[in-house]
Amino acid sequence: MRAPDTNEILLEVEGVALAFGGVKALRDVSFNVRKGEIRAIIGPNGAGKTSMLNVVNGFYHPNHGAITFKGRTRAKMQPFEAARGGIARTFQNVALFKGMSALDNIMTGRTLKVRRGLLWQVLRYGPALAEEVEHRRKVEEIIDFLEIETIRKVPVGRLPYGLQKRVELGRALAMEPDLLLLDEPMAGMNLEEKEDMSRFIIDVNNHYGTTITLIEHDMAVVMDLSDRVAVLDHGVKIADGTPAEVKMSQAVIDAYLGVAH
Amino acid sequence: MLYREAGQFKTNYAEDMAIFPIRQDRIALAILLGIAFIGVPLLASFRIWPFRTDYLLWAILLPFLILALAAVGTNILVGYCGQISLGSGAFMAIGAYSAYKLATGVHIPLAWLGFAIAIPPLPVLASILLGGLMAACAGILFGIPSLRIKGLYLAVATLAAQFFFDWAFLRLPWFTNYAPSGSVNAPELDFFGMIVRTPVERYLLCLLFVTVMAVLAKNLVRGNLGRQWMAIRDMDIAAELIGIRPLYAKLTAFAVSSFIIGVAGALWAFVYLGSWEPLAFSIDRSLELLFMVIIGGLGSIMGSFIGAAFILIMPIMLNVIPAELGLPLSTQTITHLQFIIFGSLICYLLIKEPHGFARLISIGKEKLRLWPFPY
Repeated sequence: MRAPDTNEILLEVEGVALAFGGVKALRDVSFNVRKGEIRAIIGPNGAGKTSMLNVVNGFYHPNHGAITFKGRTRAKMQPFEAARGGIARTFQNVALFKGMSALDNIMTGRTLKVRRGLLWQVLRYGPALAEEVEHRRKVEEIIDFLEIETIRKVPVGRLPYGLQKRVELGRALAMEPDLLLLDEPMAGMNLEEKEDMSRFIIDVNNHYGTTITLIEHDMAVVMDLSDRVAVLDHGVKIADGTPAEVKMSQAVIDAYLGVAH
Repeated sequence: MLYREAGQFKTNYAEDMAIFPIRQDRIALAILLGIAFIGVPLLASFRIWPFRTDYLLWAILLPFLILALAAVGTNILVGYCGQISLGSGAFMAIGAYSAYKLATGVHIPLAWLGFAIAIPPLPVLASILLGGLMAACAGILFGIPSLRIKGLYLAVATLAAQFFFDWAFLRLPWFTNYAPSGSVNAPELDFFGMIVRTPVERYLLCLLFVTVMAVLAKNLVRGNLGRQWMAIRDMDIAAELIGIRPLYAKLTAFAVSSFIIGVAGALWAFVYLGSWEPLAFSIDRSLELLFMVIIGGLGSIMGSFIGAAFILIMPIMLNVIPAELGLPLSTQTITHLQFIIFGSLICYLLIKEPHGFARLISIGKEKLRLWPFPY
């Protein structure tokens, strides 16, 4: 079901600059994400990768530059507007709703799809109940997909880290996004968990046709998963291309290994 | 061993999403409702123990029901949406005084425009519900600061509501229909021709209100809106990134919470007190409601009831037990003891179990399901 590799551009980032006072997190960064691809952003610590994601989903507002998503250019937008546009994301440090069960967390991801308002929800009868059941059915599909059936009613605070990451992915998937931003989906995982998560990422891309942009430090994972890789260093894009091209780039090798002076 | 869900298979999602998915819980609830709706009124009308006097109905059950309703409202705001509020008493007062004004007829002279707004006296039921609606409007107004400020600072902002309305109802004679003493009397409780007078009738009226509103509140908190509130409470940034608008989520929480508290305030004034003055809705009331939800369980409708029961019964027990044991405690010592025990319990619960009695009960249930073989 993987979307054919068209050259249709889903997200276009042009000349984005972001500064926090004197700290220049991003300097004139441009890249694009094609529809249906897995796009990786890599770089050493402090390269500005997470800032880049935060700019894309409206959490930071860039000082310069423009972002075009699905053909619409905008300079400033609020996070919930980005969500409504079809951008979902996960976080480097899991950002789940600690007091709620795994099921409720994923159900919360359906918020934008809920049509019945407050008065219907108070009654929870007829169409409102039918809608709730329908959302539950969709969420159960995701729960099956991610193989977390046994923990659906467990408060997420009690789950191990690897499962929390999976629930967070489920919550993002429940939004049925066009673009999924994953911020270090494999940070702090062991080998088996990384393999599981890689499989889920590939499956999401194949099965739902979701375009994915991910940040990751594990080079083996990045090189295997992604169609194209952009490399940031100190807020500047130093390389962009297929994994093989990037691997050969002298600028990338210098950034990671350092240069003899 | 009686508490097992083995063999109770659910074949659709609606069954799994029920309030009480386990049959034993449903039976227990049915028994409780049976006692509340049929048992208590029967015992009370035939004056059988423990209802030989009206004391139990008047002094315990009636305030318990109304304050439990107010606690449900407080819990929606504080427990579910995580917005600390010290203004619950003020919202009760708004409910009470709005209902009073609507039930006795509103007359607003607009001399400079050359006419006056006059609303004829409304039926009691309509007044109570509209009183709740007025409280909801005030709740939205005083909820607006919550979009900018959080935690303790928000608590201070709601405190402003408390003091402002305390002052307004005391000093603006329009609200009390220019009563010289500042104290007002509730209108006759006429519900579609049925006049509610005796304690049993009052009890049933409140029970009906509380049951219906608790069920509706439960529907809300387990639906999408409730999940939005909890998402805002647990991690507002992540909530925003999945498409929840903080403005909508927070203000609906303020509105729903204040509506319920407003209705409870109107019931408190009309059904329980009968005649009252602003002191009935002071800051003490706000703190009492906050204690109820903290002790009962933040983020639990059932916890609100447990908390209300605890706060009301505790002082009575502290009165009765030393007397039964023959300990010569003065009334003053008992009052002080109450403060000591409340204070230490709240500290203890906040440290050990921030979700209060409701969480303790659910842990107990979990254990009971496995008992006596916990593996």
